[in-house]
Amino acid sequence: MSAHDVAQWQTPQGGYSSVMRLMPWITAEWRRLLLAIFLGALALACGVGLMATSAWLISRAAQQPPILELEIAIVAVRAFGIGRGVLRYAERLVAHDSAFRALSRLRLAVYDRLAIIAPAGVPAYRRGDLLERMVRDVDAIQDLPLRVIVPYVSGIVVCVGSVILAWMMLPAAGLVLLVSLLLSALLVPLMTARAAADAECASAHARGQLNAEALGLVDGLGELLLTGANAQWLSRIEAADRDVSRLRLRSARASSFAASLGVLLSGGAVVAMLLVAIPAVRAGQLDGVNLAVLVLLPLATYEAVSIMPAAALSLGRVRGSAERVVGVLQAPDLVPAPAHPAAAPAGIPELVLRDVQSSWPGGAPVRLAGDVRIGPGSRVGIVGSSGVGKSTLLAALAGFLPYQGSMTLDGVEIRELNGADVRRIVGWCPQLPHIFDSSIVENVRLARPESTDDDVRIAMGKVGLGEWIDSLPLGMDTHVGDQGGQISAGQRQRIGVARVLLAGHPIVLLDEPTEHLDEINADEVARQLLRALDGRTVVWVAHRPHGLVELDHIVPISRD
Amino acid sequence: MAGPVDVRLVHFAFGVRKYLIAYVAVSAVTAILVVAQAFTLGALIPRVFLGGEDLDTLRSALILLAAVVLGRVVMAGLGDLIATTAAVKTSSQLRTSLLRKVVQLGPVWLSAERRTSVATLATRGIESIEPYVARYIPSLIIAVVVPLTVGVAILTQDLLAAVIVAFTAPLIPVFMILIGKYTQAATAKQWSTLNTLAGHFLDVVAGLPTLKAFGRENAQQKRMIEIDDRYRTTTMGVLRISFLSSFVLELLATVSVAVVAVSIGLRLIGGHLDLKTGLTVLILAPEVYLPIRMVGTHFHAAADGMSAAEDVFGVLEQAGPINGVRRDVPCAALSVRNVSAGYPDRAELALAPVTFVAEPGRITAITGPSGCGKSTLLAVLEGFLAPTTGSINVGVVDVRELDRDAWLANLAVMQQDPALLGPTIGDDIRLGRPDVPLAAVIQALRSVGLDADELVLGAATPVGDVRSDVSAGQRRRISLARVLLSPAPIILLDEPTAGLDEAGETVAIEVIRRLAQTGSVVIVVAHRPALIAAADTVIALEPVQVTA
Repeated sequence: MSAHDVAQWQTPQGGYSSVMRLMPWITAEWRRLLLAIFLGALALACGVGLMATSAWLISRAAQQPPILELEIAIVAVRAFGIGRGVLRYAERLVAHDSAFRALSRLRLAVYDRLAIIAPAGVPAYRRGDLLERMVRDVDAIQDLPLRVIVPYVSGIVVCVGSVILAWMMLPAAGLVLLVSLLLSALLVPLMTARAAADAECASAHARGQLNAEALGLVDGLGELLLTGANAQWLSRIEAADRDVSRLRLRSARASSFAASLGVLLSGGAVVAMLLVAIPAVRAGQLDGVNLAVLVLLPLATYEAVSIMPAAALSLGRVRGSAERVVGVLQAPDLVPAPAHPAAAPAGIPELVLRDVQSSWPGGAPVRLAGDVRIGPGSRVGIVGSSGVGKSTLLAALAGFLPYQGSMTLDGVEIRELNGADVRRIVGWCPQLPHIFDSSIVENVRLARPESTDDDVRIAMGKVGLGEWIDSLPLGMDTHVGDQGGQISAGQRQRIGVARVLLAGHPIVLLDEPTEHLDEINADEVARQLLRALDGRTVVWVAHRPHGLVELDHIVPISRD
Repeated sequence: MAGPVDVRLVHFAFGVRKYLIAYVAVSAVTAILVVAQAFTLGALIPRVFLGGEDLDTLRSALILLAAVVLGRVVMAGLGDLIATTAAVKTSSQLRTSLLRKVVQLGPVWLSAERRTSVATLATRGIESIEPYVARYIPSLIIAVVVPLTVGVAILTQDLLAAVIVAFTAPLIPVFMILIGKYTQAATAKQWSTLNTLAGHFLDVVAGLPTLKAFGRENAQQKRMIEIDDRYRTTTMGVLRISFLSSFVLELLATVSVAVVAVSIGLRLIGGHLDLKTGLTVLILAPEVYLPIRMVGTHFHAAADGMSAAEDVFGVLEQAGPINGVRRDVPCAALSVRNVSAGYPDRAELALAPVTFVAEPGRITAITGPSGCGKSTLLAVLEGFLAPTTGSINVGVVDVRELDRDAWLANLAVMQQDPALLGPTIGDDIRLGRPDVPLAAVIQALRSVGLDADELVLGAATPVGDVRSDVSAGQRRRISLARVLLSPAPIILLDEPTAGLDEAGETVAIEVIRRLAQTGSVVIVVAHRPALIAAADTVIALEPVQVTA
């Protein structure tokens, strides 16, 4: 994580348009969403009903009527008392179910888009931590229905109900409640969200700075200690920390003000209610039994509006994630499929590179000047110092990157072909191929799903992993990847080659397959891999010509 | 997680004790105002409803009510401000303490595996502690102060209501803990399934380029839908159970209020109670449960902060390395006597015993097959890892007697995979010695074969944003340039020519020779023949004997 990223993930830029763009996925589950809102409103209404009915019951009881007259009220009070908890439980379950279903759709949409644009269109593919964050962003969207829409809308429904109830008893009281609730439901959440956004905005730069310095300390601890710069670095962190604290404390006042405004609005409504209701009782416009009901209504309804500032804060938090998710959904395809794709050449095509230039978005370009002809079945090494862009060149050859110049397969330009067709011909073995969280056999078999266990075993043997497999108690069924056992970088690379062997690509791109081995092993593995790939075209990139003695031809590559 | 509160954090958060006292005081005033509001309202309503009084005779009561409301407004703002201030100060202090501790523990402790988690902890982790201190801890304080005060107030009015409240309110935490205990086992297993499923999406997304390479990206779609369905069903199963505790909480809170209300109503009919008392108690009753319910609300928001706090204290409680006090380091040969070493979390040794003397003015090469402990030896020499056996002396002084910073000031080190801190390459070369003139920096860059044409902006080339644009080989050469500028008499280089082409290797070896000629002790870890050939002394490390 670099300073730049840290600063970026904290401040959403635009308004709420990204949130609105995600709404179709949320409302796709509209039946469940409406049910959740309905249940939530009922639960809140039970709370209001409990206080209102109790106030009426007690007031009426003070007039000592026959007990039968109070039966209904007593039953209602008990029903409201039980109903609240039950309805709230149901609401939470339905709301979560609806949110998860919506999220499921969204996740699929993100995957579909990624499947088209990956890896060139997504900067995250160059950085593991960004990828993880992207996945977390998609998950964070569940807060939109759960913590924003359901609580806010059901709260509004109950507010409207309370106002109608008060208005029916005394129109002026309805008006008092309307004003109080309107301000509580709109102004207070707005102010809270604004205060938080301002705090975020004011301190975003300072926080980005602080986090960057903290990360620098962790990333470069060895360098800092060894150069004696650690004390100076720590005092820089402390200075950045003081800046952040000062800005945070300044904006804390705004949020405290919003908090006290909420209390003022509900308390003020009680006083105002008394001021309109007392003369009304005297004037006979309001039945005295209802006075307590009216006075307690603002306090009871307060629960419905008290969750609204939190909803506004959640909305602010969701916004950042929404922006990044929409960013993925709208990211352009940097390697668009041709309108009229050319027919893919058959057999082992001849690969010709002419003045090729390509780059990852935002990265330094790689250039390969002149003509390079790679005939069917030949083995070519591309050698250049580290950082010159050899891996970039291979990604372009696999149809993952746009390029200038010309790269042809039997005379057909790669960009004229469908990406899928290119990758049926060109097998790409990146430096660190992804190992899925699954068994070894499944990890290799994905290259050709119809292959048998024996096919996989043979491929693994050919890349020199046979002994390793035999040494494992579970053999090829050993679980590897994140949740399973770890494997070395060298083994990872050779699993990548085994996949290509199994898939049977006529042209194979190898990215420093012996990089993680020491010299003696490297030569041995190089020989083994070339034997295994006998009869196919091999393009092998490396930063030193070592271990490439068996190649037909070596092409140097440099920055210029 | 140990319990609902991390005592260390409370101690830390309110280490400045005035915040804790201030918050308790605000809570107590709030509780009194809540009671005052109920009493005022309870008295006022019957005077209108039964007594038929009008605004003019009720003026003083209304003014009192308005004053109470204003008091609550002030307390709400004040409480929020105190809590936020405490939270900001806590996170700031925790961050500083954490990073100081990390510096003290050193790079061997901060291994590659720990690096990401510590980085996350120092940034997002510590930020997530703020809601814990600003919301959760205050809600706990209120949940103790307000229900107790209100409960006593109810007791002064109506014994029966007080008994109902006194029975039910403590039941809420008791039931929550009981249900929590009961459901823990049931949910634990489901959570682990859940984590596996949650990781799956990341796994598939991360592997998309690989899937595309084999044309398998569309086949994964169906699997994703299946897995999402399973994910949802499992999660809902967990939630049905884990929502039970808040269900009980809500149910008890509202049912109790209903029971109190009905009992008041029935006694009013019988004439055993007056309206004033009845209304006061009705208004007070929900105030007992509200703060307890708020704890539940904030508990979930604070969960992240709680586990982050746990992790931070886990680091802070680590025992630091023992540091010597001597600061005068003699300028002499470095003798390594029977030194072996291992890492704290691994049983076997990483470095078998080795003995050698590295003389000033000579290049001492350390060789051996991978995994025999070459980098471990350097970590021991740097003082980041304590030797298991043996000792290291510089001249006659045992390195253990030296202060770590004083010892490190005598070393110039190039690590195997040097990090760049930026903002520019020039800053990295001047790290720790910002007074070095730019001309010297550029000269050093030239000597290691890094010229302006290779780095677009020369010494002013920024690093950091796209870190991969400065390759590993270039980073090593930048680090070598820094070593070149350092006046330190002991030089440690970890595979200085790895990742370089032959021309680069020749340049680097020439630089290393010149360093030795100035009279420095030069120790290089080497496995390429050209570098080994350039050394005056070659120490071949023995592979570690693995005992079964």
